[in-house]
Amino acid sequence: MYSEEHKAFIRKIRLNKFLIRTTQIMIIVCLIILWQLAADKEWINTFISSSPKAIIDTVVNLYNDGSLFHHIWITFYEVFGSFILGTSIGIIIATILWRFKFLARVLDPYLTVLNSLPKVSLGPIIIIIAGAGTGSIIVMALFISVIITIMDVHQAFINTDPNKVRLLQSFKATKRQIFFKLILPSNFKNIINVCKINTSLTFIGVIMGEFLVSKAGVGYLIMYGSQVFNLNLVVTGIILLAIMASFMYYLILFIEKRLSKIR
Amino acid sequence: MDILKVKDLRKIYHTKKNEILAVENFSFDFKEGEFIAIVGPSGCGKSTILSILCGLDTASGGTIEIDPNLKFGYMLQGDNLFEWQTIFKNCLLGLEINNEVTKESKEYVRQLLKTYGLEEFIDAYPSNLSGGMRQRVSLIRTLATKPDLLILDEPFSALDYQSRLAVSDDVYKIIKQEKKSAIMVTHDISEAISMADKVIVLSQRPSIIKNIYEIKLTDKSTPINNRKAKEFAKYYDLIWKDIDYHV
Repeated sequence: MYSEEHKAFIRKIRLNKFLIRTTQIMIIVCLIILWQLAADKEWINTFISSSPKAIIDTVVNLYNDGSLFHHIWITFYEVFGSFILGTSIGIIIATILWRFKFLARVLDPYLTVLNSLPKVSLGPIIIIIAGAGTGSIIVMALFISVIITIMDVHQAFINTDPNKVRLLQSFKATKRQIFFKLILPSNFKNIINVCKINTSLTFIGVIMGEFLVSKAGVGYLIMYGSQVFNLNLVVTGIILLAIMASFMYYLILFIEKRLSKIR
Repeated sequence: MDILKVKDLRKIYHTKKNEILAVENFSFDFKEGEFIAIVGPSGCGKSTILSILCGLDTASGGTIEIDPNLKFGYMLQGDNLFEWQTIFKNCLLGLEINNEVTKESKEYVRQLLKTYGLEEFIDAYPSNLSGGMRQRVSLIRTLATKPDLLILDEPFSALDYQSRLAVSDDVYKIIKQEKKSAIMVTHDISEAISMADKVIVLSQRPSIIKNIYEIKLTDKSTPINNRKAKEFAKYYDLIWKDIDYHV
């Protein structure tokens, strides 16, 4: 069995973990209570700063008229779609660039320019080309995530341990074999990291797109709320977004854990 | 029997600013079953010669006559095991690439792992193995494709001194037991003398062959024992002077 000292050590770790969790929860609970208190006592102007109760009311109202999940679903669908598209297109192009060094060097300055360009400025053009609808929003989110994906993944690919590449070459491996046996599996961690970054990037892109053109979605709620000066709606939208974004993030963590177990 | 004839090998490296003559007039005949070591000062182009021999790099001049049926096995610096695959999968790498994974070849790899004390680690991942064991796995991965000529490029340079002695002993035994020919590049003079039948000493860049020593030791056996032979110090001294280290 374990020694007393070891037991004490384990207890200490558990206690520490428990304390961290409790403090985390306390902070958010206190903030909400303080917020509500400040609203009740009229220390703050609820018209501008809203209040937890008003937010709950707004959510309930949205739920009752059936539009809550409609908006969430629209945004989620756009985020998910552009995330999948952006990540896979990015990885495919990065692969092509890895395979054809000439092309990579030719395209390098173009990618750099596109990357530093604020993508919102492309908004009007995207709307004209893709129409004022979901299409535009997805294209917008794609633009934001795909360029950085290409650059990050390509960088990771070309930084693969050259000794391992030589090892495969000494076995007379083809480029294709090198890619599937070495480049892709050895960069698993990097690709997951890119995915994590991409979740937040696609959220930015989708909300930006919804601000520009949309008839539904959480971004639309926020935009609509600000136009009619319904700050409750704006804050509700922001909180919905926070929940959705963390949900996506934990989803990726879950997938990462699953995949590394299989391997 | 000569399995590999190299004549007047020459290699020039090009950079934007200038060209560097790395190797010149390198001629040597490799005989079957021999263990050759190439030593020389660092950066003298030892590894370049190996890369050219096994076709990873092209020569700038000279001729290389190779028996067309000769199969190379290349063992690089470090073990280069794939962390995401089991030991067994790692050993099958070369076979997979050449589409030679059959029941027999799998059995052969399993046998090799068994013979060299890695049986219980077949399904383990590289991170669970010690440096010396990893090196043995790396050798078995090379042997799995049944090469005739092993090319070892400073294979032990990543190991600490103790495991280096042990692993070089291991690897030597494996190579002799499987009756392979081998060319090894190293910067460790005692390693070269203790393992090789012949030691080629290269000069500073552009490297030319300074001397070739046939290592004749009394009671030649394993590398660790060979270090105790009375001729050992003599060879060490000769080669040391040849290399002409400047501190």
